[in-house]
Amino acid sequence: MTSSHSRVVRLAVGTLFAAALGVASAADQPVIGLITKTDTNPFFVKMKEGAQAAATAKGAKLLSAAGKADGDNAGQVTAIENMIAGGAKTILITPSDSKAIVPAIKKAQAQGVMFIALDSPADPMEATDALFATDNYKAGVLIGQYAKAAMAGKAVKIATLDLFPGHPVGAQRHNGFMSGFGLKAADAKSNELSKSSEIVCMADSFGDQAKGQTAMENCLQKNPDINVVYTINEPAAAGAYQALKAAGKEKGVVIVSVDGGCAGVKNVKAGVIAATSQQYPLKMASLGVDAGVEYAKTGKKAKGYTDTGVTLITDKPMTGVESKDTKVGTDLCWGNK
Amino acid sequence: MATRSPLPPLATLGPLIALVLAVAFFATQSDRFLSVQNFSLILQQVMVVGTIAIGQTLIILTAGIDLSCGMVMALGGIVMTKLATTAGMNPYAAVACGMLVCMGFGLVNGLLVTRIRLPSFIVTLGTMNIAFAVTQLYSGAQTITDLPPEMVFFGSTFTIGGAAINYGTLLMIALYAFTWWALRDTQPGRHIYAVGNNPEATRLTGIATDKVLLMVYVTAGLFYGIASLLSVARTGVGDPNAGQTENLDAITAVVLGGTSLFGGRGIVLGSLLGALIVGVFRNGLTLMGVPSVYQVLITGVLVILAVTTDQLSRRGAR
Amino acid sequence: MNTQPLDTPPLVMEARGLVKRYGQVVALDGVDFELRAGEIMAVIGDNGAGKSSLIKALSGATIPDEGEIRLDGKPIHFKSPMDARREGIETVYQDLAVAPAMTIAENLFLGREIIKPGLFARWFRVIDKTRMLEESIARMNDLKVGIRSMTQAVETLSGGQRQCVAVARSAAFARHVVILDEPTAALGVKEGNMVLELIRRVRDKGLPVILISHNMPHVFEIADRIHIARLGKRACIVNPKKISMSDTVAVMTGAMRPDELPAEALA
Repeated sequence: MTSSHSRVVRLAVGTLFAAALGVASAADQPVIGLITKTDTNPFFVKMKEGAQAAATAKGAKLLSAAGKADGDNAGQVTAIENMIAGGAKTILITPSDSKAIVPAIKKAQAQGVMFIALDSPADPMEATDALFATDNYKAGVLIGQYAKAAMAGKAVKIATLDLFPGHPVGAQRHNGFMSGFGLKAADAKSNELSKSSEIVCMADSFGDQAKGQTAMENCLQKNPDINVVYTINEPAAAGAYQALKAAGKEKGVVIVSVDGGCAGVKNVKAGVIAATSQQYPLKMASLGVDAGVEYAKTGKKAKGYTDTGVTLITDKPMTGVESKDTKVGTDLCWGNK
Repeated sequence: MATRSPLPPLATLGPLIALVLAVAFFATQSDRFLSVQNFSLILQQVMVVGTIAIGQTLIILTAGIDLSCGMVMALGGIVMTKLATTAGMNPYAAVACGMLVCMGFGLVNGLLVTRIRLPSFIVTLGTMNIAFAVTQLYSGAQTITDLPPEMVFFGSTFTIGGAAINYGTLLMIALYAFTWWALRDTQPGRHIYAVGNNPEATRLTGIATDKVLLMVYVTAGLFYGIASLLSVARTGVGDPNAGQTENLDAITAVVLGGTSLFGGRGIVLGSLLGALIVGVFRNGLTLMGVPSVYQVLITGVLVILAVTTDQLSRRGAR
Repeated sequence: MNTQPLDTPPLVMEARGLVKRYGQVVALDGVDFELRAGEIMAVIGDNGAGKSSLIKALSGATIPDEGEIRLDGKPIHFKSPMDARREGIETVYQDLAVAPAMTIAENLFLGREIIKPGLFARWFRVIDKTRMLEESIARMNDLKVGIRSMTQAVETLSGGQRQCVAVARSAAFARHVVILDEPTAALGVKEGNMVLELIRRVRDKGLPVILISHNMPHVFEIADRIHIARLGKRACIVNPKKISMSDTVAVMTGAMRPDELPAEALA
């Protein structure tokens, strides 16, 4: 071998070695996918931000995608396929359609991908390896207990502004509220909205402020003496308040809600919402990323249901119902502070 | 041989009859239905869709359709509220900016239809998505609150004889009255009908059909802008997710009101009736305690009935 | 060319050597045309003979590649049908150019609506419906068109009545020439006669008429002279009173040459 020849060989081997090292270190970086229902609901926007922050902190790579709208199952299936192609070994997902997504999950699990459901379970719950979510039933129970205490034995006429028929989260919060209030209701497994004679009006708000307002107006028209309003989320609660204010009735009515977004906590502080159950999407996301990194490093899968917690936030605490004030609520809230 | 002109076609009397029947029915089902207060409420609830429907009527009269109406309205709402709060702009100026943005989208729609000769269905399908995305991006997907009081003026009410009347509904009714008159009695109004009825003939008589279409799209944009102000005033917030169902709801109101999708026929007051029919059903069913999904079912059935009646009455007139 | 008798009416419209090519196809191959005051000139010819291209050139719908058109002796260059209309030439197209859902009065004034006086009315361009209605009734009565109500929709009229509305519209606004493209096509006997009567009255009011038609009996009934188009040129002008229908058709199809006609047949 001539000296120049050997120099070329050394150079070549050196480059190959460096390249192999590069590939190896890239292969070491865990790739985690996050698929939310939509890109537009602030809840999911915050969840994505939390996941990104956790991923950066742990040196993982985050791929994210979402369906086009609530219920867009096909979009989520496509996202799963794309992420596997992108090297994701763990996928965090908030399923738009809890039943329809299961076959796609099973197919991916057969290739060794770990699935963690965030915020809402797949159906059956065991279809994913793990579930990190709010206990939506408990969220309802807390505000139900609060409302009962706040009404202190007065005769109640309750209006419920629900999501829309058949949605598990909508049913769990509604039935939990009833149960916490002391009314007979279905358990956490049901998708049906329970009724009772104390509930004088049940309307669908679709989680939307304007529709919540219209629903509340029509309910008030039916029963001008409504004094308790359960709402599926804080935009619906804001709409309900607008309707009550326009009718001059906002002072005597207790509005309770679920979510704990920063805008909602502001409304609790302003007295629009009496109490809200705060949930923690950022915690769901960061727990999910942690689990993904753990799986990539040790091969150990996350399992079962982890309650990411729910806290009752109110500035008018009631005895017998544990709660925190809006200062804590604002510290922990998700959204734009 | 010459026949006398027939009664107004069933398509225009139809919605009035349907509305009267619906009101009569619900009055029997709930004693809370038939009151000035309740009707004032229903008018407030349809005020946003009703105003959007005016613009949509103009476009459908030219045998076009606008799928972007609700999204453009939402964008207008976000622009005006964000400028008034975050940018601290004078509220009147902010409102004007919001309306100008809506008219801008109308101009884009109109130019694509007249210059590039794209079908309005396709054009507005595209601008619908663009408007939606711009709204989400500009608002950061957050609702905008703490609005200056001038901006929510049209949401407030005054009392007459014990009933609360809303300023926004008065504005909507005034807009309907003006548009009805303009379409009936002014040259630009009649030209809109002519362009929709027979665009080739209209062109041959020397009318600048492209100018007419452009004017229609920009004017529709103005109505969407006014609707965005009414929406902001009613809810008290700038909501980036507003307007999504208003898209199809506005078209439903126009169709229920008897305006033909083929262009050239229809009365704008019909669209108000169409919007009221949907509002009456929603209000009446809630008073009866019937689940909201039935309202959706009934709306679908009514739309089919409306279009069928229109077709049959037209065949009968020949 | 015959020597003209001294009392020949003046030429209203004249065209010399018009040429129009569409790619390889030569639609007009140096065609001449003339129209005298107070006459109905029918233009006939087989398909592809150049009838429609000639009419399009005269009405401003197309611009000829070569040749000259004169109106009242003045050369003119139409760039669009609007130019022709401005010169007082009105054309009734085969599809009538009416808006079926609108009333007769509205259709008569389509594009030329009468605006009410006053600042407010002019700003909003408010239509003077009363005057438009009166004018419509007046004009239709003038032409003796028997339609009872000007406020009925055009689509409620029979085919012949619709044709009358279109013809009356052109007669109402024309100052020089009225051009009619197949006015009696698709009409029954009675309706067709109604339209012919109207055309005659238009001529009698002093407007010369150019008429394209495939309907030989109608042409022979109403035309003062007949322009026979053939192969992008004018074969000849004939006098319907002095020539048989079959001879005319023969010249039109090429079975007979114009120089085989007796001198008195030409006009």
